[in-house]
Amino acid sequence: MANAMRMRATIDADVATVKVLMQHDMETGLRKDKDTGKFIPAHFINQVTATLNGKTVLEAQWGVGVAKNPFFEFRIKGAKAGDKIAVHAVDNLDAQYDGEVEIANPA
Amino acid sequence: MNQARRAFLKSTGIAGAVAVAMFSGLLKTGKALAAEWNSAAFTAKTLEDAIKNAGYSGAVMSDDILIKVPEIAENGALVPVEATSNIPGTTSIAIFSDKNPNPLIAEFNFLNGAEPFISVRIKMASTSLVRVMVKADGKIYTNNHEVKVTAGGCGG
Repeated sequence: MANAMRMRATIDADVATVKVLMQHDMETGLRKDKDTGKFIPAHFINQVTATLNGKTVLEAQWGVGVAKNPFFEFRIKGAKAGDKIAVHAVDNLDAQYDGEVEIANPA
Repeated sequence: MNQARRAFLKSTGIAGAVAVAMFSGLLKTGKALAAEWNSAAFTAKTLEDAIKNAGYSGAVMSDDILIKVPEIAENGALVPVEATSNIPGTTSIAIFSDKNPNPLIAEFNFLNGAEPFISVRIKMASTSLVRVMVKADGKIYTNNHEVKVTAGGCGG
């Protein structure tokens, strides 16, 4: 999906800071549709992994309490400019989301 | 792709069935990436059950867990939380919002050089403690910080 995930990675010394913004409703399953009075089915990202040059650095599990259009930031020590960071996410309906970014050269 | 799939699900009425199956715990959600999604922890309705099912029982308070949250959140649907663990050997950070319908928000495991730090935006149903729990060298540590929520983030 185009633009479903936006990533930015910067480096300071040998620590990379990675920011990830995903487009997702993160429906809790606890909200009611105002017109029908029925619960809107839960639909949320529940597993996220991040890799540095193919090696897993972050494994996350999420519940419905992560905010809509999830944003998260993490840091990796031992990285350098040009390294590739990839993020893979899956939601509870098995939709897959992928993003990749190269660590930018220091400003 | 996803939109089409959702439309298909809606049009065939499967979405409702999926939701029902999820609530009754019949459906295993999500493809296993590294570990199976911890349904028992994430769907727990009390803080006590969420902590127990997530494997964070018996925590000791630690000021080496730093929590950065707003004192007041005007919108509970979007509360930024930043957690740093200065405890040596930290492998995981879990974030709880005590009074949410499902208190466990997220768990992050750090491997291969990832620093024990995470920043994430969460939903808060009402004013409550944001509780951060840490696994380090097989022990559990915790710290917390209150966030006053003026408009809850889990309603319609």
